[in-house]
Amino acid sequence: MSNARDVLLDPLFNKNPIGLQILGICSALAVTSKLETVIVMALAVTFVVAGANLSVSLIRRQIPGSIRIIVQITIIATLVIIVDQFLKAYAFAISKQLSVFVGLIITNCIVLGRAEAFAMKNPPGLSVLDGIGNGLGYGLVLLLVAFCRELLGAGKLLGVSLLATTGEGGWYLPNGLMLLPPSAFFIIGLLIWALRTWKTGQVEKEN
Amino acid sequence: MLEHYLSLLIRAIFIENMALAFFLGMCTFLAVSKKVDTAVGLGIAVVAVQTITVPVNNLIYQHLLKPGALGWLGLAGTDLTFIGLICYIGVIAAIVQILEMVLDRYVPALYNALGIFLPLITVNCAILGGSLFMVERDYTFAESVVFGFGSGTGWALALVALAGIREKMKYADVPAGLRGLGITFMIAGLMAMAFMAFSGIQL
Repeated sequence: MSNARDVLLDPLFNKNPIGLQILGICSALAVTSKLETVIVMALAVTFVVAGANLSVSLIRRQIPGSIRIIVQITIIATLVIIVDQFLKAYAFAISKQLSVFVGLIITNCIVLGRAEAFAMKNPPGLSVLDGIGNGLGYGLVLLLVAFCRELLGAGKLLGVSLLATTGEGGWYLPNGLMLLPPSAFFIIGLLIWALRTWKTGQVEKEN
Repeated sequence: MLEHYLSLLIRAIFIENMALAFFLGMCTFLAVSKKVDTAVGLGIAVVAVQTITVPVNNLIYQHLLKPGALGWLGLAGTDLTFIGLICYIGVIAAIVQILEMVLDRYVPALYNALGIFLPLITVNCAILGGSLFMVERDYTFAESVVFGFGSGTGWALALVALAGIREKMKYADVPAGLRGLGITFMIAGLMAMAFMAFSGIQL
């Protein structure tokens, strides 16, 4: 049982896909200026990783080695289309805000990376757990970044005003930089610094 | 008319830079920017692939997938946009594969220089992102050629610039926890801020 727990929880801190392996940053950063979009994005990615891991793991003995990448990509693209259509049907406003980034989950390296590295070698149950764990690890970093950006940039969380901004007669002067793309890089850089100060084993060697 | 394309080109290269304004192709952007030489090779490959795939996907979108595009088959009511994603990624994978074979046959020197980067381009989000932006903004064929070339060039430019800075970083004394990945994010952030200076330009 401890094995299953490790598979699920390791990707959160010990082997975080974004913090340690530089995977899946591509589609992640651009959606982090608001918490709402991030929650949807994290759920979408978790669903796709878990689903892709399950499907690939179920047919792992049947997939010929030479065409495995294209099989995996097709499975992933199918799952992403399901998510995309679902969002368009039930959460149209959010799907507009996420624009092309839902489609870009296909090229999110976490999904292909987990399918290739984990699901091809492990039974379906463990693969699903690994998928959920990695989806959550990715979501955790996104949530932290979005929390900082929305709170400091607009004084709000999930659209609810927490820090009364000067524009509304309050005391907090919003930091406009936080709503712009560069702040996402700085916050992730600082998060990685904090994570590696805590787990010193992840520090990179000097070259 | 010419001004329109010129402004589209400038906007795709600088103002709406794929890497620094939309964070596309980040994985490769951070992983392959350790040396200027390799960065230039990958940059050229991305420009080539992007300039071909965006127009090809544009043709597929305009003539096969768009609502009403199948009118010439007598299927005017058909809307195939929902299978768009799977088509675009298929086209990209196929074109990268063809480009690889053509280069191997006719320009072996360039083929050897690009090496492993060519197949990796298939999973570069900047390439798929370019096609998706093209669809979202409903570009015409000519616009898509300009946009493909411009967005590829902008991405390549950012990659080479980051590689140049990272080469100089070898001489800097970076705190242990920030070494490698952490400091690279900081540099990319500063570069994104610099690129934002272009954002006020109206063409």
